[in-house]
Formats: sequence, structure tokens, C-alpha cells
Amino acid sequence: MGKQYETVIGLEVHVELATKTKIFCGCPTAFGGAPNTHTCPVCTGMPGTLPVLNQKVLEYAVAVGLATNCEISRFCKFDRKNYFYPDNPQNYQISQLYLPICKNGSIEIETEEGKKKIGIHEIHMEEDAGKLIHDEWEDCSLVDYNRSGIPLIEIVSGPDMRSAAEVIAYLEKLRMLIQYLGASDCRLQEGSMRADVNLSVREAGTEALGTRTEMKNLNSFRAIERAIAGERERQIELLESGGKVVQETRRWDDCQGESYAMRSKEDARDYRYFPDPDLVPVMVGEEWLERIKAAQPEFREEKMERYKKEYDIPVYDIEIITASKRMADLFEETVGLCGQPKKVSNWLMVEALRLLKEMGMEPGDIRFSPENLAKLIQLADKKVINGPVAKKVFEVMFEQDIDPEKYVEEMGWETVDDEDALREVVEEVIASNAKSVEDYRNGKEKAIGFLIGQTMKRMKGKADPGKAGRMLKELL
Amino acid sequence: MKMDVLDLPAVELAEKIRAGEVTAMEALQAVLDSIDEKEEIYHCYITVDRDGAMRKAEAVQKKIESGQLCGRLAGVPAAVKDNICTRGILTTCASRMLGNFIPPYSAEAVLRMEKAGMVIIGKTNMDEFAMGSTTETSAYGETKNPWDIGRVPGGSSGGSAAAVAAKECFAALGSDTGGSIRQPAAFCGVVGIKPTYGTVSRHGLVAYGSSLDQIGPIGKDVTDCAALLEVIASYDKKDSTSIKRDDTDFMDALSEDVKGMKIGIPIDYFGDGLDDGVKDAVLKAAEALKEKGAIVEGFYLSLVEYAIPAYYTIASAEASSNLERFDGIKYGYRTPECGGLHDMYKKTRSEGFGPEVKRRIMLGSFVLSSGYYDAYYLKALKVKALIKKAFDDAFARYDVILGPTAPAAAPVLGASLSDPVRMYLGDIYTVAVNLAGLPAISLPCGRDVEGMPVGLQMIGDCFQEKKIIRAAYAYEKARGPFAAPGLLTSAADGKN
Amino acid sequence: MANIVDDEMIEYVGILAKLELSGKEKEQAKADMGKMLDYIDKLQELDTSGVEAMSHVFGVKNVFREDVVTNGDRREDILKNAPEEKNGMFMVPRTFL
Repeated sequence: MGKQYETVIGLEVHVELATKTKIFCGCPTAFGGAPNTHTCPVCTGMPGTLPVLNQKVLEYAVAVGLATNCEISRFCKFDRKNYFYPDNPQNYQISQLYLPICKNGSIEIETEEGKKKIGIHEIHMEEDAGKLIHDEWEDCSLVDYNRSGIPLIEIVSGPDMRSAAEVIAYLEKLRMLIQYLGASDCRLQEGSMRADVNLSVREAGTEALGTRTEMKNLNSFRAIERAIAGERERQIELLESGGKVVQETRRWDDCQGESYAMRSKEDARDYRYFPDPDLVPVMVGEEWLERIKAAQPEFREEKMERYKKEYDIPVYDIEIITASKRMADLFEETVGLCGQPKKVSNWLMVEALRLLKEMGMEPGDIRFSPENLAKLIQLADKKVINGPVAKKVFEVMFEQDIDPEKYVEEMGWETVDDEDALREVVEEVIASNAKSVEDYRNGKEKAIGFLIGQTMKRMKGKADPGKAGRMLKELL
Repeated sequence: MKMDVLDLPAVELAEKIRAGEVTAMEALQAVLDSIDEKEEIYHCYITVDRDGAMRKAEAVQKKIESGQLCGRLAGVPAAVKDNICTRGILTTCASRMLGNFIPPYSAEAVLRMEKAGMVIIGKTNMDEFAMGSTTETSAYGETKNPWDIGRVPGGSSGGSAAAVAAKECFAALGSDTGGSIRQPAAFCGVVGIKPTYGTVSRHGLVAYGSSLDQIGPIGKDVTDCAALLEVIASYDKKDSTSIKRDDTDFMDALSEDVKGMKIGIPIDYFGDGLDDGVKDAVLKAAEALKEKGAIVEGFYLSLVEYAIPAYYTIASAEASSNLERFDGIKYGYRTPECGGLHDMYKKTRSEGFGPEVKRRIMLGSFVLSSGYYDAYYLKALKVKALIKKAFDDAFARYDVILGPTAPAAAPVLGASLSDPVRMYLGDIYTVAVNLAGLPAISLPCGRDVEGMPVGLQMIGDCFQEKKIIRAAYAYEKARGPFAAPGLLTSAADGKN
Repeated sequence: MANIVDDEMIEYVGILAKLELSGKEKEQAKADMGKMLDYIDKLQELDTSGVEAMSHVFGVKNVFREDVVTNGDRREDILKNAPEEKNGMFMVPRTFL
């Protein structure tokens, strides 16, 4: 019988902050510009240029630190991390090593065995690198510095996780906290949240940590799961066959399902950190810190408790709605406008989630306003439109955030409330569907459904189906 | 009437331009003619922007005539050290690495000069990336000392100091990381000020040792330097280390009144290695100030011999990082042939940088490397704190510290480069000032036995430029006019 | 004192600093660096225990920018000095294997 191994995992999570401008210059952070159009002499490392810190970066970093129960450093500095690579225009990255902004925090995750505390070793601020594109035609690489200088925080956990499930729970929790703060949208696929996995194995029951490797290029939860399984296996095999794990950085190739070492002779991994003389220290004052604390949002746990008291909706709904700050805000604002929490929740839980899933979007991508959702709910309440029409309107609203009142009017989709017109159609339906009429009269209740359908069809969907049913029954 | 415009100090020239006696174009033409005549011998400039300067001079002249420009240096042709970025004008740092670099922006100090109506003639020669004390490490040839073309002009701002001395400009910008304004000013018999760290924006100054670098003026006399410093001193949001000051009206300090001013002379500056001629000239200058009512006394500054090792550790470490951006990708030199990325980096940098720059980059990389950071870099930062403390103690007692700028006058060409450590020793009186962020001025106080100018250095407490300007001005008046070098106009002149 | 700088150390520093020295340059660099290290070793004579390292000489703190976009598209300026350029990007030897 082989030995039992325990996996020990710590994460280094990079999060792109949702500032309007870069960390050290006034260039926009917006996605999607043509290459190098969001650059300036500072973020392309031109000689004689100097960095000046974006205050919003500090605010976000401190807010995340508070949300993760960190100590906030009253005095912090920036350091230069020196290494040559073309995506790094100065060939040093401005980061924090000696005095990071936040230290010694923790967050709680849910595991199969109950709640578990994951330590946060530190959080520091730094700048992102540019993008390298491989040009097959010329057999060279091309550098675009639009992303160079985008503000990042790096959240370094303790070696406190033991499985992929814990890692994912930790990431989900971090993502939720940061999204609640509005500090980032935290999307793994788009790279606004990136996780490097530090992993080692040790014999079950032992205390000493094994030699760890660092795995990069993990851009989905699935990739993280697979990489953890793969690396665990690779390390165990190494140890079992009498080998040794080498401390190194490995790149995960999700297509191949394996990792390879990123080591090269030219990569000394000696970053020669020293305090950046171009930036002055940051002193966090009591008053300023209190302001940031006061501006912290209501996080999910508190929100759930409040919803349970304030709204008469199922706990299941509360869990789903509060899983995203965007969704929760939408819910509360809509209820504030039109009341009816159950109905608002239904629209979000059923229709909105369905469309998000179909379109591969996240709740953060929702574009429609609470005003429009409230209007739609009111239109349906007042029977201006019927259920199926309301769904159609919702779909359009979901995509284009149209004003449902105007839209329904433009499309002429109001329920026709003309008794005579409806009576005329119902009479026609009765006349032309003798078989169903007979079935109904013979006690086949279900036949009425078909007749309502026929009526709605002739009314081009604009009738109130309830009313049509009542009238059919009356005339039969 | 044959008034030689070139003999005028910058402030007087500007007065005459404002009075309509001379035009900005005439002043510029006189400088350009002077350059044509002497540049072949002295080689003060890397780039002369004749056409651009003339267009500027014309525009400035119009503004002066219409009353839009009335600054005290409006219309004055000036030079800029080639490590200070000038939009649209080649900025090489005297390196092959930046042999074709045309910045799309100007340094804040240059913008301030332009706003004040100064006309930028061109870019002066220097030690490569400001690393050196002789201007011999320039990739574009050495500058010669106008007092003796067999000698160096000092460095690293040697081109700026020589251009002022040779009347190839009326004033110039230099940069000072460890004495690079004061020492060439001393060697060339002109005046230079290194301001308090943070007084002049570093934006646009190609960094050498970021925590030490300051741009400052080099001029014919104390008045010109005070005027130019007043123009370039500014708070700049683009430089995080820039300091808001409301006392930058430096010309107001031009007073001869030094009665009761307390001047300290560090006795430990007068030990071995100090040339007798320098010593005598400096002590005579102190005597002159005493006669004008200053209280002069000797004291022990302490830690003098630790300033150079601390300076070379810190400056090299910062330089090794600052110069990483020169990699052949975004601008400047790239090796024509290479086998892959890292080979490209290595070849580009090995071919683009000269020996002194490489020497300092290597030392700097080493002192920051894993296992040595604490012993060297961190230690040097602690020694820096001690040196700052020593100055704080001194300034608790004195208004000004007076001493030599350099231990000897300008050495002959080629004598310094062979032994780097010996060359570094020449910086003994200047580097501590940069470590402590202090202001200091160098002005001529006599000549050594061989007739070469000797520099007097006066150091002030931080933000006390006015005190050293006042002391320097008072001394300058007491000293009387300082003879100009007997300028050569052809190489043949120098041979007799 | 007397620091001995060997080939291995020069090689290592060369990797860090991306400098490649010829045989002659290397010998010179070894000698120079040894001398310079001997010289800066002088700092070890001083007792600095309890002294805080001074990275910034004045107590200037908290210099910030507002989070407001101030830069427009300056691509042309940025690329003007590039040794090699393609499609608005800087061209470099391939970085992928």
C-alpha cells in the first residue's frame, strides 16, 4: 500500500483594479483600443519620465484589505522588481516587497467539513505588463503597451488550502468580496483576475512543507482544477520514484493537460528589489482610513440576513440574488420602485439567469436598469400586456435596455381590452372548432386550453388569456 | 562703439535686449559665430539647433517688443545638457545607446526656460549618462577645457561649463548627481548651483541616480545662476519628489550683507590629497568673507571619507535599474544582428554602452543582488542617514559650510580614466551634498600654480539656497572680476 | 578586504544586467569590480545598528494623482523612435518557444 499524500496549496491572486486610469499615468484603462493607443511616455518607459500614484488604486487596495480582515500598513513604499522582458517597458516592475499596504488577513470559506479560515499573507499594489503577440509570418513577437501600467493588487494567501475545491471556494469568496467593493470585475477568462498556484505535497500527518512549484497561466476554474490534479500527481510520482521536486515556475498548458518548466539560463530570478526613488512613501492617516471604512459596502452575509427580514422571498432566491452585487442592487432598486419582491425576484431568478446562461454572460454584464424592470412589472400587473408578451419585452430589454412602456406602445403589443372585438373572435373560434367545442361540452376540460390558444393566435397575442377563457366558458 | 555682446553676463544681456540695444537674434548670432569659431577646438556641444534657435529668437524678440515677455532672462541664448529631454531635438546622453533618440516631450526645466523667453541653442556634451568626472566618457568625443585644451573641463556637465567659459552660450543647464554641476564649474572658472533635491523638476531628466539627481544652472556669475535657478525652480505634479516652495525668488538674495553670517569650515576637508593651491585659494576666500563681517570658524563635519563609498553604492544601484530601459526595443540603439531575445538584449547593451557605464551598471546590479543587498545597498542607505545627521548637526550651528569644490584643479586629459577609484576620490567634497539633498554653489576663488581656476564650494541647509547665494554674491563682489580664459580660435593657437 | 571577483560572478552579473563582455573586457571588469568592492567595503567600518535606512532624504509623503484620464492617443509619438515596428507595435525577437 502506497503512502498517503496531502496537497498544500497557496495562491497568488492578481486582480486588475477598476480605475479609470493607469496606476502611474493618466492613460485610460479601457479595454479594446488599437495597439499602443492607450500609452504615453510614462507607461512605455521613455527616458526621463516619472510615475505618480493614482490615489484610487490606494483606496481600492485598502478597501480590499479591510474586506479581507488585513492590517493596513500606516507606512508603505513601492519597490522596483528588476527583470528583463519585452512586455515590461522599464525592465523593472513597480511593486511592493518590503512594506506592502496590507498584511495578515484572512477570509472564511465553506468546505465539505464546514467553515475554514484561509490566511491572507499580504496584499500589495503593482503595475501590469503589456501584451506580447506572436507574429508567425515574421517569426517575431510584437509588443502592445496598452495594458502596461494597469493597476493590480496581488493577494498572497497562506499555504492553507488542501484541495482544488478549497481553492475554488477561496477564489469565489475573494471575487465576491472584490465585486461587492466595485474594485474589480474579477473575470478569470479576461484576465482581470489571475491566480498562480503554489503547490507542494507532503506525507499525510507530517508537518514540514515540501518543496513547492508555482503554476501560471490558469485562466478558468476548470484549468485550475486540472492543473492542481496534474501537479499533485507529477510531484507524487517524482517523490515515489526517488526524485526531488525542484522549486520552479511552471506554465500550465490546458490543451495538453500538462505543465512545463519556464526556466531558462537567462532567467536568474534575482529581482534586486529596492525602494523606488521616484515614488514617495504612502502614509495612511487615521481619518482617511476611517473614511474608507465608512464607505465599505454591506457584504453578502449581512445582506442575506437583512433580506430574510425585509423581503418575503425564499432563502434560495436570497442566496442566488446576493451572490452578485449587481443582481442584489438591481433587486433592491427595482423593489424600491415597484414593490413586489417576489415578482422582482422571479424575473431575475428565472428570465435574467436563463438569458445570462444562454449568452455566456455574468451578472455584472446586465445592462438593463431597475427603472425599466419596474415598468415592465407594472405593465404586466396592470394587464397592459400579458405574460408571454412581457417575456418577449424582457428579452429585448435585457439586450438593449429599452423603456418597456414606450416599446410596447411602439410595437402595439398592448392587450386589447375591447370586449366586442374579443367576443367577435371568440365566436369565430367556437364556430370554426366544432370538434374541440364538442369535446369541452362532453366534459373534456383540457379542450378549453386549445380554444384559448386559438383565440390568442387570432388576437395576435394581444388578448388577456384569462379574460378570453372566461368569455369562452360563458359562450359555451 | 564695439561692445562685445559675448562678454555680457546673461542678466545684463537681457536688460539690453529689453532696452532695445541688442536683439535676441543678434545675441544668438553672436553665439552661433562664437560656436563656429571655437567649437572645433573645445567641442562643447553634441547638437547645435541653429535654425530652430533662430526661429525661437525671432518669436521671442517679437514678444519682448510687444511687452508679452519681460522676464529677466528673456532673449538669452542658453545651452542644455544632453541628458535633459528637448522635444524634437536629439537627446543622446552622450551615449551611442541614444544616438538617434528624439524625445516627443521636453523636460519641465526646459519648458520653464522657454516660457521665460530663453532661446535654446543646443545640447552640450557630457560624460555618458552623466557617469564620470571629466566628460571623457562621452561617446562623441571629449570636451576640452577652455583654460587649457590639454585638460579636461570636468564632468559630467563638462560641455555646459566649458560652453559658458568659452562664450559659446550665456548660461546653461547641467545636472548634478554627485558634483556634476559644481566640479566642472570649478574646473572651467564659472559658477554652478546644485539646488535642494526636489526644487527643480526631474521630469525629462534622463535618470542616473534618481534619489540624487538635480538639474541646476551654470553661468558666468552668481547673479546669472540665481536668475536661471529662479526660472527653472518649480513644483511639478509630474515629479512625485518635487517640492512646493514659495521662496524661489532667488534674485532677492543677491546682497553683499554677510554681517553675522555663521560660516563653518570642515577641518576634515583639509587633509591629505588636497592641493596646496586649492587650499590657499579657499582659505583666502574665507578670509574675504570674514572681512565683510561673517563669523568664520573651523569644525569637524565627520564621516567625510564614507560619503564616496556610500554614494557609489547608491548611485550605481539606482543607475543599474534606471538604465535597464535601454534594451533596443522602444527607442535608441539596437544591435543589427542577434540570435534571439536575450542575445539581442546583451549585444544591444554591450555595444550601446561605454565602459564606465557598464562598470557602474555591473557594480549596481551586484550590490542589489540576492545575498548582498543588506551588506551593501542597505548599509549605504544607513550611512546616508548618518551623513544627513552630520549635516543637520552642522547646520544647527552654521548658516553655510565653506570648502573646496574639488581637491585639485582640472587634470590633464586621459589621466583619470585609467583608475576608476582614483577618479571617484575627486568627488570627495561634492557627493555628500547629494546624499543629504542639500543645495550648494561653486564659484571661482583663484587659480592654482599652473593658472587653472579653483572652485570654492558653499553648502547650505536644505531649502537655504538664498543663504549660499548671498554668501557667494558677497564673496564675488569682494573678489572682483575673475579673469576669463585666453580663448583660442584655432587649434594652431594651442600649440605655442 | 581584497574582494576576488571571479568569472562566475562576472557571468552572473552579466545575466542580471544583460551585458556580455569580451575576454579582455571581462578581465578588466574583474579587476575594476574587485577594487570598487574593496573600496565600498569601507562602509563596514561604521556601526549602523539602530540606524534606519534612508531611501528618501526628505519626509515628502502621499503624492497622488486624481483618477482622471489626461492622456489622449499618442501612439505616433510613442512609436517614432522604435528601432523596428509593425502594425503599431514594437517588434522584438520571438519570445515564445
